[in-house]
Amino acid sequence: MNAPDMAPPRAQDSHAPGALRKALARAEVRRKWRAFSLTLPLLVFLLLTLLVPIAALLQRAVENPEVANALPGTMRALDGWDRRDAPPAAAYAALVGDLARLPDRSDAGALARRLNSEVPGARSMVMGAYRDLPFEGTPDAIKERLLGADPRWGEAPFWRAIAKNGARWTPDYLLASVDLQRDALGQVERMPEEQRAFGGILLRTFHISLVVTLVCLLVGYPLAWWLASLPARSANVLMILVLVPFWTSILVRAAAWIVLLQSEGLVNRGLMGLGLIEQPLALLFNRTGVVIAMVHILLPFMILPLYSVMKSVPPTYLRAAVSLGSSPIAAFFRVYVPQTYPGIGAGALLVFILAIGYYVTPALLGGADDQMLSYYIARYTNVEVNWGMACALGALLLAATLLLYGVYRRIGKAELSLG
Amino acid sequence: MKNKSLIACAALSACLALPSLAQQQLTVVNFGGANANAQKKAFYEPYEKAGNKIVAVEYNGEQAKVKAMVEAKKVTWDVVEVESPDAARGCDEGLYEKLDYSKIVPKADLLPAAVNECAVGIFVWSTVMAYNGDKLKTPPTSWADFWDTKKIPGKRGMRKGARYNLEFALLADGVKPADVYKVLATKDGADRAFKKLTELKPNIQWWEAGAQAPQFLVAGDVALTTVFNGRIDAANREGRNLKIYWPGGIYDLDYWAIPKGTPNKDAAVKFIAFTMQTPQQAAYAQNIAYGPANTKALATLDKKVLDDLPTSATNAKEALQFSVGFWADQGEALEKRFAAWATQ
Repeated sequence: MNAPDMAPPRAQDSHAPGALRKALARAEVRRKWRAFSLTLPLLVFLLLTLLVPIAALLQRAVENPEVANALPGTMRALDGWDRRDAPPAAAYAALVGDLARLPDRSDAGALARRLNSEVPGARSMVMGAYRDLPFEGTPDAIKERLLGADPRWGEAPFWRAIAKNGARWTPDYLLASVDLQRDALGQVERMPEEQRAFGGILLRTFHISLVVTLVCLLVGYPLAWWLASLPARSANVLMILVLVPFWTSILVRAAAWIVLLQSEGLVNRGLMGLGLIEQPLALLFNRTGVVIAMVHILLPFMILPLYSVMKSVPPTYLRAAVSLGSSPIAAFFRVYVPQTYPGIGAGALLVFILAIGYYVTPALLGGADDQMLSYYIARYTNVEVNWGMACALGALLLAATLLLYGVYRRIGKAELSLG
Repeated sequence: MKNKSLIACAALSACLALPSLAQQQLTVVNFGGANANAQKKAFYEPYEKAGNKIVAVEYNGEQAKVKAMVEAKKVTWDVVEVESPDAARGCDEGLYEKLDYSKIVPKADLLPAAVNECAVGIFVWSTVMAYNGDKLKTPPTSWADFWDTKKIPGKRGMRKGARYNLEFALLADGVKPADVYKVLATKDGADRAFKKLTELKPNIQWWEAGAQAPQFLVAGDVALTTVFNGRIDAANREGRNLKIYWPGGIYDLDYWAIPKGTPNKDAAVKFIAFTMQTPQQAAYAQNIAYGPANTKALATLDKKVLDDLPTSATNAKEALQFSVGFWADQGEALEKRFAAWATQ
């Protein structure tokens, strides 16, 4: 390359190969684009249906426009307030001024809802003041009138909620989703004990999912092993037993479990008929019912990856280990099981990640302390209509899933194979 | 099932109908179940006889759906049945049209609680204590009995959530019906209610959908349960012998509201006015044991029907009016506290 005497002939000759190389590169680029363009519909679809909504969800979890939009004057009046006692009278006057300038009653309603989720009772204070508009007179007279209508106007928490929420972005929803809050001066602290709910709910969600995953593995592994060792024809017939429940609607299966597990249900009556128990067991509307039904629903997601991995494990290895002197049990655990690790990993991850998002089954079969995080997301979305909180809890669930996947990649160090 | 397929048929035929016809049809959203059947007989069918078309849709009270429709300015629901806190909040937040009572029914004919700026009360229902008359030999005589698992052994059915349960807990703890909300509004009062609930916690079987509570009673899963009184009535019409303990029941109204921006506002008002008339209101109460909001309709009902209504003098005597304002203000915080409490 560097030899100078070689340069002229190379330069002369390389004209044609250069063009060829370019043409080749162009063809390569074209081919890549063509391949890429085939994936384009899916890419656009994913972008529109997954990434954009998730981005919107994350944005909504930190968005906080209500107070900043509705009360700019009040925010200015609260500037310099020490946030300990009731604010200056000017803040009262600014607040009613801001309320009077709101273009529509629904803006006052949105403000009232936002403040109420911080300070219970703020809704009736704000809407009461809005209904009493217009206010006339000096700031002190306005303050007197508000205090006369409702003594809660003299309390600091309501005003702190306004001062804290003046910014358009807030960490409050995300903090609340892990049982934290900001105190009067913006320092992060733990919530009062009776309001600490989501930490426990998140733990409970993980706990139920973990139990379900372990039971699925314990039940599914022998079955998958058996299926994989059977000849194809009988394996296919037995696979139907796995697939038929898999294809049945979750709601149908939850309803079927209600019929089976209730105190006068088949299971309890059967056990009592056999004389095994005196009183019906409490199998429904508690953790037991939730775990049983979730294991039933998620079992195929464990069996199918395990089966596909086990199918690719040559049975000769096991025979070789035994013929070399290993006991069958040791051979199974030291030769066979390690080869199915990818299947165990894939199945467990699949079941766990599906389980942490469960909603219908715990709602139908669980009690008040068996509800998982999704239940509260649905609740904040539909019933409380506090979409900021719903999005923050959704973000928490998403983060937990991603974290889990990251941990799996790190520990497993293997590419995920799902069959 | 039959009703559902009828509704589906109506929806399908409505979709296929000509646009000119489509203008006359109205989408009415209700809570389903026994209540929807009573509405169908008392409201929808007579209204359709006059040449109108009703498409009945069931929902579960999700205000988020209404909010999404109104915000997207694509309102496809014309009349929605809402519970009282949602009527109040929805009105504040501009989800519902303001109502002109001169086009509906004179305010003087209505129960005072039925008159709301954006929503008009349809009927009065009550959350009460109930038991199975065939299985329970010693009926309860107070809310303290609900907590007394020695006197009346067995599980207790309660609605999953804070609403109603906190009130009942205070009643069982000796608070007078008139003072319940006053006590509950204080920090100490809320603590007291949760403490009382904790006593009963191991014996509670939670229900979420209204139909579950009578099922629990019939199946013998629970000895006593809190329940919507109309569901007991519906079960008894099917030959059960369920009984209601009325004192301390919490009564409330369901309302009609019109989502803001519906293209059929005039027709919606006309439909609401039709359902609020005396004969329709009376017919409704005859189909399910919920009290009519139109007081004139009350006068036309015979004693047998009146005896089962939460509005009858004997049943309402020691009842408690659900505090809309209290729950609109405190609901979110108390429900969250309930979720925390359930974990403990």
